[in-house]
Amino acid sequence: MLSVENLNKTFNIQILDNIRIPGCSDVSFKVEPGQFFALAGPSGKGKSTVLKCIYRTYLPGSGQIWYDSANYGRVDLASAPERMLLDIRSREMGYVSQFLNVIPRVSAIDLVMEPIIVRNGVSYADARERACNLLERLHIPQKLFNAYPATFSGGEQQRVNIARAIGWKPRLLLLDEPTASLDTKSIERVLELLDELREQGTTMVGIFHDQDIMNRIASQIYYL
Amino acid sequence: METLLKARKLSKVFGSGCPLCRESTGPDFDTNVCPHCHSVVACNAVDFDLYPGEVLGIVGESGSGKSTLIKLAHFEWEATGGEMNLHRSALPEGLGELLADAADQYTRNLFGLSQFQQRQVRNALMGIVYQNPFLGLRMNVSSGGNIAERLLGAGWRHIGKMRERASELLEKTEIPISRMDEPPKNFSGGMQQRVQIAKALSNNPLLLLLDEVTTGLDLSVQARVLDLIRSLQREFQLSMLVVSHDLGVINLLCNRTMVMKHGRVVESGLTDQILQDPQHRYSQLLVASQL
Repeated sequence: MLSVENLNKTFNIQILDNIRIPGCSDVSFKVEPGQFFALAGPSGKGKSTVLKCIYRTYLPGSGQIWYDSANYGRVDLASAPERMLLDIRSREMGYVSQFLNVIPRVSAIDLVMEPIIVRNGVSYADARERACNLLERLHIPQKLFNAYPATFSGGEQQRVNIARAIGWKPRLLLLDEPTASLDTKSIERVLELLDELREQGTTMVGIFHDQDIMNRIASQIYYL
Repeated sequence: METLLKARKLSKVFGSGCPLCRESTGPDFDTNVCPHCHSVVACNAVDFDLYPGEVLGIVGESGSGKSTLIKLAHFEWEATGGEMNLHRSALPEGLGELLADAADQYTRNLFGLSQFQQRQVRNALMGIVYQNPFLGLRMNVSSGGNIAERLLGAGWRHIGKMRERASELLEKTEIPISRMDEPPKNFSGGMQQRVQIAKALSNNPLLLLLDEVTTGLDLSVQARVLDLIRSLQREFQLSMLVVSHDLGVINLLCNRTMVMKHGRVVESGLTDQILQDPQHRYSQLLVASQL
């Protein structure tokens, strides 16, 4: 499904006298369909860099990222045209970070519904039902559904973020410490949802700081 | 998917111009004024593709040439060089005939059309929202009348239907219908901006040009205008060119972004890539300067 080959990334900061900051070096791994593939290693080793290179938020320096797209066949995400990448993002590949990217004046429920409507093409009512269901399972109080997440607590924001990322059931989901700011109970619920998503066919590549969580959820672990 | 708009080597030079203008200006020389003939190279050799339903951002400091691009695309200024092609399959009936060029599936260079034809293309396909509502609205004419003016340009003739359309648009942009007969000069800045958006959308444009639409609005109004633009973009599958120096606005609205400096595109890419992994020195400076 995904094959990363000799991926290297260095940041060249021109405004600071061209200093070069290493991102990741010589990363190679293969992810099979349906796997939960975890990236592990000390901080600063470039785990997030690898994820962001796959999503192309970072421009990979050298190496290839082969992805078997449902729509385009085998493509190298490191060099795919921008239009193709945007299309793959909107149909197949999701990314969930530690932080919610709050959109002003958009309520929690709408944030979760938006990708479901746009990407799955389901009706408003169905999308709403799916979104409510997710938020309920993540124990977001019903009172908050129509509130703006900018004022939510960190944990609530993060749960909305996860609901938004998994609601549309992407084919490949990249997770960058999605459980970092959650309490134990919330983590349990998130892991449960991720397990379900995987059973429904989503392949995942994730980073978890907590060793126990990683061992529990991952089907394979790669140490950077 | 075919591009809607294909711009190649767009250039605009103010002044007499000389053969050395292009090679002696730009980010490498840190100026857009030609040292030989003192002409201003507002933009030089800009290429971009805009796809149907896509939102392309243009960022850069003042004087970088972003608004020049919008003015060229809207035929307000005549380009010094370059061409802009519109894909014919995207055109409404009638207009396709007008612009048809047997040679290929693209229309001729839009810059090669007569002024009359350009006006027809503009009325049928484009909407524009300026930073300054005075440029987009007649301040002394009622809001409904402002919209009707645009509809007349696009070929509407039935007063009742125009009124109906105007109230529908004002409702969408959250202007109370009861105030539709008031002139925009009575409105607050944010309301004027929303009337401008209603006017720009009245002819169902395929292409919406936004020039610093939220600059100068207070935060709550800004969020409201952006939210409106986002939902209208999705509802009508608009293609948009968004000029802004506010990276937050660009991040919120745009799929892809070009960074301009001294009339040149110094970098272009996916918006999140430009914001998180900028490659060019100037893009890095821009991102590092964000609040």
